[in-house]
Amino acid sequence: MLQFSFWDILSNLLIATQWTIILSLIAFVCGGIVGLILLFMRTSQVRSLEWFTKIYIEFFQGTPLLMQLFLFFFGIALFGIEVSPWMAATMGLTFWTSAFLAEIWRGCVESIPRGQWEASSSVALSYIEQMRYVILPQASRIAIAPTVGFSVQVVKGTALASIIGFVELTKAGTMLNNATFRPFLVYSLVALIYFCLCFPLSWCAKKIEGRLNVTR
Amino acid sequence: MLYKLQFGDLLPYWDVLLQGLIFTIVLTLVSTVAGIALGTAGASARTFGPPWLGRAVAVYVELIRNTPFIVQLFFIFFGLPAAGVKLSETTAAFLAMTINLGAYSTEIIRAGIEAVPKGHVEAGVSLAMTKWEVLRYIILKQAFQKIYPALSSQIIIVMLGSAVVSQISAQDLTYAANFVASRNFRNFEVYLLAALIYLLLAIITRALLRGLGKILFKAAR
Repeated sequence: MLQFSFWDILSNLLIATQWTIILSLIAFVCGGIVGLILLFMRTSQVRSLEWFTKIYIEFFQGTPLLMQLFLFFFGIALFGIEVSPWMAATMGLTFWTSAFLAEIWRGCVESIPRGQWEASSSVALSYIEQMRYVILPQASRIAIAPTVGFSVQVVKGTALASIIGFVELTKAGTMLNNATFRPFLVYSLVALIYFCLCFPLSWCAKKIEGRLNVTR
Repeated sequence: MLYKLQFGDLLPYWDVLLQGLIFTIVLTLVSTVAGIALGTAGASARTFGPPWLGRAVAVYVELIRNTPFIVQLFFIFFGLPAAGVKLSETTAAFLAMTINLGAYSTEIIRAGIEAVPKGHVEAGVSLAMTKWEVLRYIILKQAFQKIYPALSSQIIIVMLGSAVVSQISAQDLTYAANFVASRNFRNFEVYLLAALIYLLLAIITRALLRGLGKILFKAAR
């Protein structure tokens, strides 16, 4: 029988960690882009667009991420397209991330005083120009801390991709556990690696938040 | 779409789904109460306890907040038996949920405690209130009022997160949905239905918590 040493377990987990990082990055970047589009729709003052984003956000924030992954995994297949766990995980995490980021950023946009909107519309800026040159530059300053904070949720969210069969850190942990029967060691290491990924992000978010409070 | 959705096939399994739903509700309810109790103790220990205890609480909070819930669950269910503590899947689910919410609520409640003005505490002390009375009637009462909305949304997040306990075969709503899918192969239909039930549950919970907040904090204003 094949024997696993401590270093074998650790190195295999670290290889799988790459996929956790890649999946997190893709979900965060794509989710950010979709989230930005949603933000524009949500603050556009066009009734139908606002309602659409409201329902979209309500759905993705009000159902478990695990259910969303299942729905993408089995839902896309209904159109006759073969779905890999990788594709379902990326899509599920992207849309989930976008809903949360759109809602976080909406809060930041709404915290900009009304006068800024009125002043910029009185100099004949269109809605897109108002957002681009007046509102977003101010809102993005406030948005950095909660956005970095949310990135921790994204990294943790990728752990659920293991359930639909995507091999990342958690799935690798399960597989190694099945091979070595050393659950205490394996899951301690998995938790430790997640901690090393997430803690610097949480710490950054806290620091940025603190700095903003001082300058206000 | 070539495929026609067939929700009719789910009807014979309504009782399985209902049982799962009840488990999810009970799991959320119990771990909410236990988690908030744990969080209150943790936050109090961190602000008023001895430094070593405060540091221990900080380590607990950061460890839980920076690892995925599913890993915590696996550690408790698969990892602890290797260290001699054997738990059933239901106990493990309740324990993991409580520990998870405990960490988040510690941090939330601590923020509330720190927002209570020092003068209020001094006023209480000068009225000859004991340490516990000051904590109970002045600090915690105001702290909870301030952080109630944040705590409410954390409860809903934990409730949605509980879908993961199906992975250690605790028989919640997601487990029931998996079971039905394995019987009639209507995967998409059953997961859509389960997702909508979760959505409804989240909306109802939010409304109930808002109502409860109005009742709890009306007298205080």
